Amino acid sequence: MNFLNLKKLSTLIFLYILGSNSYAGWLDLNMPKGVTDISNEVYGLHMLILYICIGIGIVVFGAMFWSIWAHRKSRGVTPATFHESTKLEFIWTIVPFAILIGMAVPATKTLIKMYDTSESEIHIKITGYQWLWQYEYLNTDVSFYSKLSTPYKEIYNQEEKNINYLQEVDNQLVLPINKKIRFLLTSNDVLHAWWVPDLALKKDAIPGYINEMAVVIKEPGIYRGRCAELCGRHHGFMPIVIKAVEQDDYEKWLANGGKVESTDLASTQK
Amino acid sequence: MSTVVKDTHHEEHPSGIMRWITTTNHKDIGTLYLWFAMIMFFIGGLMALVIRSELFQPGLQFVDPQFFNSMTTMHALVMIFGVVMPAFTGLANWMIPIMIGGPDMALPRMNNYSFWIMPFAFSMLLSTLFMDGGAPAGGWTLYPPLSLQTGDAFPFLIFAIHFMGLSSIMGAINIVATILNMRAPGMTLMKMPLFVWTWLITAFLLIAVMPVLAGGVTMLLTDKFFGTSFFNAAGGGDPVMFQHIFWFFGHPEVYILILPSFGVVSAIIPTFARKPLFGYSSMVYATASIAFLSFIVWAHHMFTVGMPLAGEVFFMLATMLIAVPTGVKVFNWVTTMWRGAMTFETPMLFAIGFIIMFTIGGFSGLMLAITPADFQYHDTYFVVAHFHYVLVPGSIFAIMAACYFWLPKWTGNMYSETLGKIHFWLSTFFVNLTFFPMHFVGLAGMPRRIPDYSLQFADYNMIASIGAFGFGFAQLIFLYLIIKTIKGGKKATDEVWEGAEGLEWTLSSPPPYHSFNTPPVIK
Repeated sequence: MNFLNLKKLSTLIFLYILGSNSYAGWLDLNMPKGVTDISNEVYGLHMLILYICIGIGIVVFGAMFWSIWAHRKSRGVTPATFHESTKLEFIWTIVPFAILIGMAVPATKTLIKMYDTSESEIHIKITGYQWLWQYEYLNTDVSFYSKLSTPYKEIYNQEEKNINYLQEVDNQLVLPINKKIRFLLTSNDVLHAWWVPDLALKKDAIPGYINEMAVVIKEPGIYRGRCAELCGRHHGFMPIVIKAVEQDDYEKWLANGGKVESTDLASTQK
Repeated sequence: MSTVVKDTHHEEHPSGIMRWITTTNHKDIGTLYLWFAMIMFFIGGLMALVIRSELFQPGLQFVDPQFFNSMTTMHALVMIFGVVMPAFTGLANWMIPIMIGGPDMALPRMNNYSFWIMPFAFSMLLSTLFMDGGAPAGGWTLYPPLSLQTGDAFPFLIFAIHFMGLSSIMGAINIVATILNMRAPGMTLMKMPLFVWTWLITAFLLIAVMPVLAGGVTMLLTDKFFGTSFFNAAGGGDPVMFQHIFWFFGHPEVYILILPSFGVVSAIIPTFARKPLFGYSSMVYATASIAFLSFIVWAHHMFTVGMPLAGEVFFMLATMLIAVPTGVKVFNWVTTMWRGAMTFETPMLFAIGFIIMFTIGGFSGLMLAITPADFQYHDTYFVVAHFHYVLVPGSIFAIMAACYFWLPKWTGNMYSETLGKIHFWLSTFFVNLTFFPMHFVGLAGMPRRIPDYSLQFADYNMIASIGAFGFGFAQLIFLYLIIKTIKGGKKATDEVWEGAEGLEWTLSSPPPYHSFNTPPVIK
């Protein structure tokens, strides 16, 4: 039948596309676990609620598909006439309610931790502009702009796109690991949002407001993010790149006025 | 038409175009609304295909990023205000007087105005595509300061929204007046079909929130042209206040877009299960609870603006609560199907498709309610996947189910069941091909409203684009089928469906020009 053919076709299309895929693996299908304690907790919450939904889905859709299979007129069944049950209505109000409470408790706990910006050691002010970011390391004289470094020729398909297409910047935000860092976020023109998935940080940059958030990065590495609030023509072209380094390297970088020493220039490009 | 012998002068109406311009008849106006929604559906769909073409591959291929932003903005405005809302108003016009045993709508002249405002509002909105500075490109949410950067299109956008609001408010007042005053004797509130109930509640939501939107956009207008600083931080205003005002309208609005679908599905499932709707009164109470909750959850659209912790927790908990009445509805539908004697004509297929895919959208909605996780989901394709699941295989599927369900009644002709089924299966396959992969790219880190993306998102965007074109073309079958059914086909009986219950099935197919000139007897 029609339905079966479509299903077969869809499987084939999916297999074909998955088979020929060059960039994305199965890992890219899910939220990143990230590199902070909180991002791991967020990932845990995400998976928990996902499994709860899948569980409810199996029960509800299971009952429905069983019914579709067994209670069809072509099998010669006579329809039942029941249409009310206060007991059932009560049960399926109370049970979901209980599940929700079970969900809300850990979510609130994580949220409280996310809102704790006390005892931060490093303070960085981030300002959004159409369409770049400014980073100011408070109490130091290090301050710089960071904007997209992908060449126009790649965007307009005149050159082959490099692997970090649209997620590379001229000046990376250099941060130390294992230090509590507090970000102060604002904007100079329209709304922007500063988002780095690996740190589970996303907050709007709003003119006239200063939003704050804090993070402790656990592993050195390069973490890439993007502007997540529509901010005009080049909204898709203002990425964020963080280079998380050991404390010593961070201090060396800071002492050098936020300049990368020429010897590691090659390794920090992009 | 032969059933009405007396009052034949009521049957008289001008012919040709004047019939439609001057009509005060609820069926004619219902038809106008539905055709308007159909035309807008294809216009909004074309905009979606521009978006999906640009996103087929990384890199900028077809359109300028500014025009891309115009497309996402206009696609949303057209689909919300031009398709789903008028389509449901059209269904309400056609069906509510019949379902409650009345002759027509309570305020027929206002009914005519409330429809005929719409073509003007949308001509104004669509004309902005040809203006200096382009069509609005700040998103349908119109957040300042960005929306204030719109060019010449700006006042046209605001006035178009005012007109749409005016039309919706008039339509809603008419529906409330009709339901409260035009019921046949014996048609008590708790005997009304659920479609009437859901629309009654929707109409109250519309009356409550459309003026809020009107106020919000008027403040934008004075900020732009008259030197006020409602939302301008430099002048002592507050850009976040607009978001609060907008979503105080916006969240009830999304239930305005879905509640009537609940009514449609609650009519179709019992018909084809040949078994009464399970838990009628709990369905009414659940709808009312959802409507109430819709007023106290708005800030869950704004978890990342930096609200105080207490605000975040309150809006998270209130939002999660919505899952309870919504769950009650889904459980009731499944229990209605349980131990029925089901057949699977096209309306039933669309209704079942609705329940399954709307529930998937509900699940992702529950995930989005979890504030810490929402920080990762917010403004990504995960959100795009979520609201398209509740709006396309949700609202739009319910509208299509309603069209198939009542088309034989409206036209007096049966539609082609084969074509209807092909339409259903193609739509279902392609709608999932389009929107399911969006969950993945969203989780992997792709923001919404971007014209170009990094390479790791390429595969799923390509799949989604293929799905979008497939879905678009599948809708041509729907258009063809409707025109074909209007022109002719096997004659429909008055009852049309074997398990049909309700007053609409006691009238002839097609029904007389005026539905019930003498009130029917309600058992």
